[in-house]
Amino acid sequence: MAGLITMDDLTNQQILDILADAERLLPVARGEIYLPLLQGRILGNLFFEPSTRTRMSFETAMKRLGGDVVNLGDVKTSSVVKGETLYDTIQMVDGYTDIIAMRHPRQGAAQYAQDAARVPILNGGDGAGHHPTQTMLDLFTIKQAHGRLEGLTVVLAGDLRYGRTVHSLSHALTRFGCELIFASPDLLKMPEEIVSDLRLQGANVVETEDLYGSMANADVVYMTRIQKERFADEDEYTRCAGAYKLHARHLTEVKQDMIIMHPLPRVDEIDPSVDSTRHARYFEQAFNGVVARMALLCRLLGVTVPATIEGGAL
Amino acid sequence: MSNEHSMRRVTAIRNGTVIDHIPSGQAMRVLEMLGIGGATAVPISLVMNVPSKKLGSKDIIKVEDRELTQSELDRLALVAPDAHVAIIRAYSVAEKLTINLGDEVVNVVRCTFSNCITTNLREPLNHRLKVVNRDPLQLRCHYCGRPQTLSELANNVL
Repeated sequence: MAGLITMDDLTNQQILDILADAERLLPVARGEIYLPLLQGRILGNLFFEPSTRTRMSFETAMKRLGGDVVNLGDVKTSSVVKGETLYDTIQMVDGYTDIIAMRHPRQGAAQYAQDAARVPILNGGDGAGHHPTQTMLDLFTIKQAHGRLEGLTVVLAGDLRYGRTVHSLSHALTRFGCELIFASPDLLKMPEEIVSDLRLQGANVVETEDLYGSMANADVVYMTRIQKERFADEDEYTRCAGAYKLHARHLTEVKQDMIIMHPLPRVDEIDPSVDSTRHARYFEQAFNGVVARMALLCRLLGVTVPATIEGGAL
Repeated sequence: MSNEHSMRRVTAIRNGTVIDHIPSGQAMRVLEMLGIGGATAVPISLVMNVPSKKLGSKDIIKVEDRELTQSELDRLALVAPDAHVAIIRAYSVAEKLTINLGDEVVNVVRCTFSNCITTNLREPLNHRLKVVNRDPLQLRCHYCGRPQTLSELANNVL
C-alpha cells in the first residue's frame, strides 16, 4: 500500500478531502466523542531522531481512534546502535504493524523504507528533506483560519535552508496558487533547487532578508526556529540565531486576519508578547497535528471517515 | 593504404567489442564502469586522445574475445552517451549497438549527497537515479530527491 513520503503523493483534491475528514474528526481529537475507527490496527512509531510533537501526536491520533502503538524507543538502546540497516529494521517492524510513522536523520530514508516495506510509511521528517504530515496540519490550520488555501500570500521566515517543514509547505502552497515570500538571512536561504522547482511550477516567489517589511500584505507569517543541530559550527549558529525575532510591536501594520504560525518548538523567534494577539495560531496548529494525522492514518489504512460524526461520548 | 596504416595505432581484433567515440580522457572511466581492469584475462587495447573529426579528440577501447551486453553498455550512458559500439566477429562488424539511457540509472553510481540514506553502503536496496532531463542530462536521486552533479558522480561509480 502506498504511503505518504512527499506532498507529491497527494493530488490537490485528495489534500482537500483529507482536510475535510480532519475537520469532521475534530470532536474525536478533542476526546468529546469516542470513535474507534482503527480498533485492532497497530502503528509503528520509528523515530530515529528526537521528536516531541510529531511522535506524540501520531500516538494520540492512533489512540483516539481506538488503535494501538508500538515504539522503537530510544535509538541508543535499540538494534540500530548494533549496526542494523534501515532495511532490516523496516523488515522487522513491517511484520509487527499495519502502518509506520518514521523520522530519520538521513534524507531519502522514508522513500527507502517505503521501497522496503509492505505497509504504508508516513514520513515524519527525513533529514532536511520532506515532512508532509506537518504540511497537512499546516494546511489545515491555514484553511481553518482563512476558509481557503487558494491565492493567499504567505511569508515563510527564518531557517529556510535546513527547515524541512518549509520545503514541503512551499511546494504545497504553490499548488494552490499562493504567493510566497521567503524571508531569511542569506546563509539560510531556501535551497536554490527548491526555488527553481517552485518557479517551474509557476510560483510567484519573492526572496528577501527583510521580514518586517514583507508582512504588510501577508495572510500567513510562518516562523521557523534556527535549528542548532543543523550547524557544524557554533559561531555560525550564534550569528544567525538572533536574526529573526517577532514581537507584538511588529504587528501594528499587518492585516487583521493575518495568522502567525510556527512548527514549534520556538526559541527566541516569537516573543511571548505575540501569544495574546489575535494573530497567534501556533498552539492550535500543534493541536491540529492530532486531527490531521488521524485523517491521514484513516486514509492510508483504507478506512472511511463517516460523513457525519456524532454522539458516542466516552 | 600506407596512410591508413600510419593512422592505425591498434591492430584490428578478430572477435570482441570496439567502443569508439568515447569523449577524450574518459576511457579509463569507461573501463571502470564496465568492471574491466587489470585482473581481466582478455586482452584490452586502449587509445586515448587521438584526433577525431566529430569530437576533436577521442578515446577508443577494444576488448578482445568478449562481447559486451546491452545492459553493460547502458552503464556508459553517464560518461560516454554518444559512443559507438561494434561487436566484432571474424574481423568484421557483426552488430552495431547504441548506448541507451533509460528513465533510471540503476546500480551504476551512487547519490552524491553526503546525507542521503544510500551513503550507508550496507543498505541493500538498489542505487537509483531518475533521469529528469536528457539534454542537458539531469539526474535526481530516487530516494533523497537531490539533483546530481555529473562531475561528482564520476567519483561515485559502484
